[in-house]
Amino acid sequence: MASQTRRHVLPGFKLSLGFTWAYVGLLVLIPLSSLFLKTFSLTWPQFWETVTAPRALAAYRLSFGASFAAALANVVFGLLVAWVLVRYRFPGRSFVESLVDLPFALPTAVAGLTLTTLFSSKGWYGQHLEALGFKVAYSSVGVAVALTFIGLPFVVRTVQPVLEDIDADVEEAAATLGATPTQTFMRVLFPAILPALLSGFTLAFARALGEYGSVVFISGNMPLRTEIVPLLIVTKLEQYDYAGATAIAVVMLVASFLLLLIVNVLQRWSHRRLEARPGA
Amino acid sequence: MRTRSWLFPLILVAFVGCSKAGGEGSASGAVTLLNVSYDPTRELYVDLNAAFSRHWEATHQQKVTIKQSHGGSGKQARAVIDGLDADVVTLALAYDVDMLHDKASLIPEGWQKRLANNSAPYTSTIVFVVRKGNPKGIRDWDDLVRDGVAVITPNPKTSGGARWNYLAAWGHALRKPGGTEQSARAFVESLFRHVPVLDSGARGATTTFAERGLGDVLIAWENEAFLLTDEVGKERFEIVVPSTSIVAEPPVTVVDRNVDKRGTRAVAEAYLQFLYSEEGQRLVAKHHYRPRSEAVARKEGARFPKLTLFTIDEVFGGWRKAQSAHFDDGGVFDSIYVPQAR
Repeated sequence: MASQTRRHVLPGFKLSLGFTWAYVGLLVLIPLSSLFLKTFSLTWPQFWETVTAPRALAAYRLSFGASFAAALANVVFGLLVAWVLVRYRFPGRSFVESLVDLPFALPTAVAGLTLTTLFSSKGWYGQHLEALGFKVAYSSVGVAVALTFIGLPFVVRTVQPVLEDIDADVEEAAATLGATPTQTFMRVLFPAILPALLSGFTLAFARALGEYGSVVFISGNMPLRTEIVPLLIVTKLEQYDYAGATAIAVVMLVASFLLLLIVNVLQRWSHRRLEARPGA
Repeated sequence: MRTRSWLFPLILVAFVGCSKAGGEGSASGAVTLLNVSYDPTRELYVDLNAAFSRHWEATHQQKVTIKQSHGGSGKQARAVIDGLDADVVTLALAYDVDMLHDKASLIPEGWQKRLANNSAPYTSTIVFVVRKGNPKGIRDWDDLVRDGVAVITPNPKTSGGARWNYLAAWGHALRKPGGTEQSARAFVESLFRHVPVLDSGARGATTTFAERGLGDVLIAWENEAFLLTDEVGKERFEIVVPSTSIVAEPPVTVVDRNVDKRGTRAVAEAYLQFLYSEEGQRLVAKHHYRPRSEAVARKEGARFPKLTLFTIDEVFGGWRKAQSAHFDDGGVFDSIYVPQAR
């Protein structure tokens, strides 16, 4: 292994590896391990009671459920957006292109306030939706809407480069061999972009789990109904219950880590399957 | 490549050096104080700080600059506990200041006795804001739980200000003729069943009520109610003063460990004393807080309507008791929501 690293074109592996460890350690490992340390001030029954309280369970359900729904919506519509941006040239394309990144840059609290204003019963969207019987603001649907907003760029930006890499001749070849457009998409294009879609989904999902600013405005924060986990953590902090707050944070951390792991495995699997395909 | 390994520590040292050099010393003649306060006091302290600087320079020939920091009361207290160098704190409730003693020993146990009036130089109370013309005919607390009335108040678990709202409602029901712990609990429970949205902070609740048009009545601090009616929309809202309410006492104190470390105790103490002075009290009244000074209060009497007021010490035995009975995990507020879980 050592001889392999020495033969790299760029020198300085040892220094850069040391830097990487120091940087990741300082910024990620130490903060996260101190999170775990903080929960050690709780006894095991106390910890269990904190993380399985009815309010906590309801909050996990909402946070994971709404994040999942939002990430799923972004996979479908984000793929469409990426597709149109890559395949077609139309007036205002570069404008749409830059709009996609806006949720990255916008303070999420601003997004939350705006969405709530739009979707509340007096808002532009809300008044019509409520006439139809849909309550968006101050319900779990509202939470999913806010999380969809902040997650959109992740899917678009991971799928876009992959789509750009697929040449148009691939589709043409499929067509000349007699494939229908649906077949072309399902059997040629979709397998190629599936890994990227999965990582886009993962990123959007992970981002949504931790989201606070935009959601507290639109959710209405009703205990057991529209309370998200980050709000519960803030609630504990407001009571100077540092250990309780970190206990719930640890649950979220472990859960998201497991989810990321699962999706990574899926991604690797789909990648391998793709490479094993004859002719791919 | 090895020769460059000094680079990283050097950068690190440079960073640390810079942040050290940025700290302020009080020996240079000019003094800087940091006042860590809660959200809606920004404009009040802009005025008070300017007045105090003039006063201090005139009496001590020393320039004093007061920096302000605002945020949710609990969040601000946590920042001070975690090391924010506040010389004085001016927070929304005594419980948050208590924690400076409990969690970090920054101040002594009996801090609230150090200044007059429970260390609260100004007070406020909890009132209602309704839409112009008061379409639902809301006059008092009991009207809030009538059918079809939607009440806006922030979440007492996340907002210090909202805890005063909650305690005002509880105290009203408890002090009614025939009121008991059970009837008070039942009242507050049905009150929160009329709350469609629990915003995380007081300003958020105000926005929900005023801008989004949600709810029929907003439970608010009197000073916030004045801001909303006088400065945002006199033609849109009006204030309804209930028959009884609680005295909201936002307390102030010097942070002993910090002022002793920075050598700013004298100025910091004079600054808090200034809040009680004639001039300080007038500014307090100007910003819609009820002054403690009888003389100033008499002059402002028309603006601050009379109502039966009770204190948290009388009814709840102080903040610590109120906090643990009502707002801590497993307290009354939690149990209000548990039975109606889906």
